Amino acid sequence: MTGEKKYTYKDMASDQEVRWCPGCDDYVILRSVQKALPEIGRNREDIVFISGIGCSSRFPYYMNTYGIHGIHGRAAAIATGVKLANPELSVWVITGDGDGLAIGGNHTIHVIRRNVDLNIILFNNEIYGLTKGQFSPTSLLGQRTKSSPFGNIQPPFNPGELVLGSNGRFFARVSGNSAKEMASIFIEAEKFKGAAFIEVLQNCVIFNDGAFDKYNDKKTRPDNQLYLEHGQKMIFGAERNKGLRLNGLKLEVVTIGENGITEDDILVHDAHNPDPTLHFMLVRLESPIVTGIIRAVEEPTFDQRFTQQMEARMAAVKEMSFDEFVMAGETFELE
Amino acid sequence: MDGKISHKASTADSVVIRFAGDSGDGMQLTGTQFADTSALMGNDVATFPNYPAEIRAPQGSLFGVSGFQVQIADHDITTPGDDLDLLVAMNPAALKTNIKDLPPGKMLIVDADSFTAKNLKKAGYETNPLEDGSLDAYRVIAVPVTTNTRNALLDLGLDNKSMLRSRNMYTLGIIYWIYGRSLDHTIAFFHKKFKNKPKVIEANTRALRAGNIYAENLELIPTTYQVRPAHLGKGRYRIIMGNTATAWGFIAAAKKAGKELFLGSYPITPASDILHELVKHPHFRVKAFQAEDEIAGVTSAIGAAFAGDLAITTTSGPGLALKGEAIGLAMMTELPIVIVDVQRGGPSTGMPTKTEQSDLLQALYGRNGESPIVVMAAHSPADCFDMAFRASKIALEHMTPVLLLTDGYIANGSEPWRIEKLADLPEIKTREPENRDNWMPYRRDKETLARDWAYPGMAGFEHRVGGLEKEEGSGNVNMQPLNHEEMVRIRAEKVRRVAKDLPRLEVEGAREGELLVVGWGGTYGALHSAVQNMQSTGRKVGLAHFNYIHPMPENTADVFARFDKIVVCELNTGQFFKVLQFEQPGHKYYKYNKIQGLPFTVTELTNRFNQILASGHTIEA
Ligand code: SF4
Repeated sequence: MTGEKKYTYKDMASDQEVRWCPGCDDYVILRSVQKALPEIGRNREDIVFISGIGCSSRFPYYMNTYGIHGIHGRAAAIATGVKLANPELSVWVITGDGDGLAIGGNHTIHVIRRNVDLNIILFNNEIYGLTKGQFSPTSLLGQRTKSSPFGNIQPPFNPGELVLGSNGRFFARVSGNSAKEMASIFIEAEKFKGAAFIEVLQNCVIFNDGAFDKYNDKKTRPDNQLYLEHGQKMIFGAERNKGLRLNGLKLEVVTIGENGITEDDILVHDAHNPDPTLHFMLVRLESPIVTGIIRAVEEPTFDQRFTQQMEARMAAVKEMSFDEFVMAGETFELE
Repeated sequence: MDGKISHKASTADSVVIRFAGDSGDGMQLTGTQFADTSALMGNDVATFPNYPAEIRAPQGSLFGVSGFQVQIADHDITTPGDDLDLLVAMNPAALKTNIKDLPPGKMLIVDADSFTAKNLKKAGYETNPLEDGSLDAYRVIAVPVTTNTRNALLDLGLDNKSMLRSRNMYTLGIIYWIYGRSLDHTIAFFHKKFKNKPKVIEANTRALRAGNIYAENLELIPTTYQVRPAHLGKGRYRIIMGNTATAWGFIAAAKKAGKELFLGSYPITPASDILHELVKHPHFRVKAFQAEDEIAGVTSAIGAAFAGDLAITTTSGPGLALKGEAIGLAMMTELPIVIVDVQRGGPSTGMPTKTEQSDLLQALYGRNGESPIVVMAAHSPADCFDMAFRASKIALEHMTPVLLLTDGYIANGSEPWRIEKLADLPEIKTREPENRDNWMPYRRDKETLARDWAYPGMAGFEHRVGGLEKEEGSGNVNMQPLNHEEMVRIRAEKVRRVAKDLPRLEVEGAREGELLVVGWGGTYGALHSAVQNMQSTGRKVGLAHFNYIHPMPENTADVFARFDKIVVCELNTGQFFKVLQFEQPGHKYYKYNKIQGLPFTVTELTNRFNQILASGHTIEA
């Protein structure tokens, strides 16, 4: 089902006042989504945003589409029901590191495993914002928060590893202050058939300000972030002279022009490789951190399999009405 | 649809089992052990051995089949029973010669390993009845008895033939578990009978235990609901199990409403059979989704309801506890979902295979905040069809979650169901809005207060719902004090107004008089019989059995006022009793409660009724 209506990003905004803290990356994400949607060729009435609980989860109220602000952690499960009820819809899940990886972790891994055709945006700010500053499943070891005054002693998840470990077919990571990159990734996620998971490195100005400065800040980003594009060399750096190569079973940062290294030695990104080994290495890398669409390998989706099975059964059991069905088998007449 | 099926004496307090196998399979011994153990546990017992005519009939042949029938009961019995509750068939020949005595819906246990091509041929089967669908009407438990027995005894150093001699004890172990019998008597018997053969004692004991554990792990449940079709009205019938009837009621409701049926469910005893039934029917556009947990079961249903399906979730007590928060969301977003709780013995994991009515208060109040929903209960296996249909109708027409209570007893029991034609069922009118001018998501029907049902795909009705308090009309987030109070009252009033659509509370037996027996849910059969017994002794006793608990039928107070005393009978410590005292004050209430994981017996009910009639003041049960 493709949409025939034409929109601008303004058509996607509801009349509700946006109530995030000034300076929060959530604004950038919202704008990026509203900019991406007119490009995906879907009518507004066929788009659904579903969230759980948390700062990010107010998102659906700001979209002029259908939407559910759900309960804590359950957005992925609600979205699965929406998608099975009507597989034609474009369904988006808005979640956070607490919502999607702590209380809702079970739904997250299963929705990925099943490969439900959803676009899942994880606002990762490495903290609980709405409940005012407790550590989350992505907070760093040692991080001091409201609930870890002497330092966090719970080692974090790497969302990328979790997604790939759940047999994730699509994983992208992107800076929360980079509207253009986000919009292009959201468009790709919508085109992708299957569970598309996007981790946004989202700065929370109130409770965890600067958590991603090293990667997101204009000045430090070039040397610390490698934005991947399928088919392109894995090159980064302020002078575009650094790159990744494989040394045995390890990824290694090398400098082009040093020690006889040329561009030919640098790996080319293949997001479509079914073997996730290299994708695992990429999501684990910390210096530089790797962003962009890291993995995108299409497989039949859960909703496709579900519908196909239903249609196959409908073809096999021809035209049996409910009345015929209840009369089939052993019945008897009473006077 | 509301006419109650009249049962003759519910004989649920008796069980008839036939053990059938090859003459070498030791069926007599097995049956005798079951009878003896039951007698020791205080049952009355009647048995009927049936040896093959030919002493040396060839193994596996039809005329080599030997049988042994036992009836056990908690009252005096004189016959080994007519209709079987359980048939044990150790091979195809035993099945062939005995299946005619097993009514549909009852349990059949077979040794799946014995259904070999050779044995099937000897019994005259052309296709394997375990695979060709010819046993669909029964609850078939196909156990690899031979393999399992051998595995249990492997390290004892017995030869194959000796090991296989314990197959009957493995089977007996299964049956002991189903009917809650102790193994002690039979183990003591082994020690006496095989005094000088410790290996044989060990083999039989092990086999008995292994079968017992196997049944426990499978959570096998007896099918004991028994009614006589004698007093049923005219029509075409079929035998149906409660869980199947529930599933079919939902399919019918979806068809009638012109909707697709969505089930989000997680396996749990004793509710899983509804899932098992619904997954068979994708051709009716039934979408049965086995979720990763109970919460995903209900939340996926909420998503499906938001997207325009008739959405349901099925569970039992522990699962209902997990679903509580989500049911609150469905109440707040005013989406139509049906939650089925097939109650079992609680608390906590409790007694999964035993029946109880102890989830009533959880169903009514088990959510945070002020969150009233419709709560109703089915009263017999066949009634599950009507109640599932009614629950769907109410949910869709009133835009509210509806919680349907059944229980392990009626869910696994079976009885004749008068086949309903789709055309004869009431219409279900869903609430899609048509006019988008000034449309608002929380616009309400003036009579019912139900909001509209606009779902994705409907252009011009895009809107957001959620768990935050909302403004009446627009549905926008709103936390103003007076708006909140208004919304709480509107949501409660909306559910209360469902009462206008409910059938009146009927009274069976005396329409006024000395004692009104009040029940709800799966105890109907026993209460009905007990009240009939009381009537036949000339006492003015009536029965008001509730199908609708919240809201209650509008004439409840009128009915109650016509009787001197009211006794509320439940398989819990008095949950409905509590609710009635509060909601229907001013009556003289007594109660009768049983919390043993077992249904009421007619005898204990009549005893209690006589005691109340004789007493001047309240007696605690
Ligand atoms: S608390 Fe943090 S994440 Fe939440 S809105 Fe404020 S800045 Fe954004």
